Amino acid sequence: MYGGGNTFEGIKTDSVAQEDPILLAAFEAKIERGEKIEPTDWMPALYRKQLIRMIEQHAHSEIIGALPEGTWITRAPGFKRKLSLMAKVQDEVGHAQLLYSAAETLGKTREEMIDDLLNGKSKYSNIFNYPAFTWADSCFISWLVDAGAIVNQLANAKGSYGPYCRALERICAEESFHLKYGHHCVIYLATGTEKQRQMFQEAINRWWAPMMHFFGPSDKISAHTEILMKWKVKMGTNDDMRNQFLDMYVPKIWELGFTIPDSNLKKNVETGRWDYTEPDWEEFKRVINGDGPCNKERIAVRRIAEERGKWVREALKSPSVAYVTPLA
Amino acid sequence: MENIALKELLYKIADDQLILGHRNSEWTGMGPLLEEDIAFSSMAQDKVGQSYAIYQMLHQLGEQEPDTVAFMRNATQFHNCQLVELPNGEYDFSLIRHLLFDTAEYIRFDYLSTSSYQPLADLAGKIKGELQYHTLHANTLIKKLGTATEESINRLQHSLQVALPYALGIFEPSPYENILIEHKIFKGEVALQQAWQEKIEFIISKTQLTLTDWKVLQPVYGGRVGRHTEHLQPLLDEMSEVFKIDPTAEW
Repeated sequence: MYGGGNTFEGIKTDSVAQEDPILLAAFEAKIERGEKIEPTDWMPALYRKQLIRMIEQHAHSEIIGALPEGTWITRAPGFKRKLSLMAKVQDEVGHAQLLYSAAETLGKTREEMIDDLLNGKSKYSNIFNYPAFTWADSCFISWLVDAGAIVNQLANAKGSYGPYCRALERICAEESFHLKYGHHCVIYLATGTEKQRQMFQEAINRWWAPMMHFFGPSDKISAHTEILMKWKVKMGTNDDMRNQFLDMYVPKIWELGFTIPDSNLKKNVETGRWDYTEPDWEEFKRVINGDGPCNKERIAVRRIAEERGKWVREALKSPSVAYVTPLA
Repeated sequence: MENIALKELLYKIADDQLILGHRNSEWTGMGPLLEEDIAFSSMAQDKVGQSYAIYQMLHQLGEQEPDTVAFMRNATQFHNCQLVELPNGEYDFSLIRHLLFDTAEYIRFDYLSTSSYQPLADLAGKIKGELQYHTLHANTLIKKLGTATEESINRLQHSLQVALPYALGIFEPSPYENILIEHKIFKGEVALQQAWQEKIEFIISKTQLTLTDWKVLQPVYGGRVGRHTEHLQPLLDEMSEVFKIDPTAEW
């Protein structure tokens, strides 16, 4: 799961002027024709850098995102939910594996990426810095955060870098099952007891602001991204993605009889777009920069997992490891 | 009598699979490398799914609904061996437990695939196919890490020592052993343990690990009759935390 919000702040385009103009023109023409760029193709340094940054952040979001939901696997109510949630979170970790591999084709190793996650150099989706207090919070994530991720990822799957697009196609297919699972869970809460309805309403109240932040800062304040749009690294603006999400899911939330904590939220019949209270971008920046409710905990858990697993990774690289016939 | 014996067998198998599946799922997001994270999550799904199928079979034999059986009993009502309820510990312990338990489970379901109780034989054939991948996974990792570095070998050796007495508890004698054998429902724990020991000896011989003499090991029994370590009840409390908010609600 991933929102494209924090990828594109502050890029420097100066390096593009130093690229070989003939190679650059051929590269841009290829993208213009709708062809994919492959790992062995020539590419501008900025393109490589931005893609590594984006794919890496996406991969980190998958493994960090597994944490708030993962804590509910052991508490999921009943066999069906337990089995589904296990499969869902396993998918997310599998997405991380696919994405780290896609990013590795651009020249950064998985180990380097994980080091950068732990030392704070690279980010992950901001929404996972918020806590999942109740079962209903985990249902909100499975339905609506995954829905938001699909909006972003479907757009990015039409981008220009082959390995990322192919990974995203597989990821989106799996995410669509997550969405069904999440929606199913929410329908049961919505049509259940008063307590269950209340649990989900409280989850919406807690998660609405992070959900609006999920798509990244408003186009009015977000950084200059024209060249990344031209190179099909970024496929839509943050506001476009947010609007698409609202269009698809606000009616569904209302239909289930829940309220959304924004009295200004309504579809503007003249513009065809949604009006809403401007999200608090200062809070967004503060949380991205490490001061959210769960930033420290998420990274600490990840660091513990890495440290506890270090001997396994080192042992598997040892030259004395017995050769075991591959199983498939 | 035959029915009681069958239910006892099914309960202990289902409880084993559920509790170890739950433990395996605790590795989700915490694995030593992504590939192992995914492997343990995958085995968790298989095991919980297998327990669900056996609880359904028990339901057809007159027991309560699977969700009620799994989420509403307390520790003394569970028949799993103590091996599966122990905390995951470090990866070396989880891997050794995975080897010891799944090797036994594969043989158990192989035996059950020819059970005279046809619904069980049919189900066992399917489960055996899943467990084959679990044992392939355990064997592969044990062979690799059991020959790799001083640390990996020492860790596995230590965990093997800790886990073996508990592993023998898998085969805790059943009061219904003879009835199950007589009615050709199951070949029995004694035969299973013998086959298991041979298999474990073979796998360990491919590594730099050593096995304690079986004769000096003291099996840890009690799980099959509801005597558990202090670790099971907290696991069950966590598992049923949401379910018990309102057991009559649909989630």
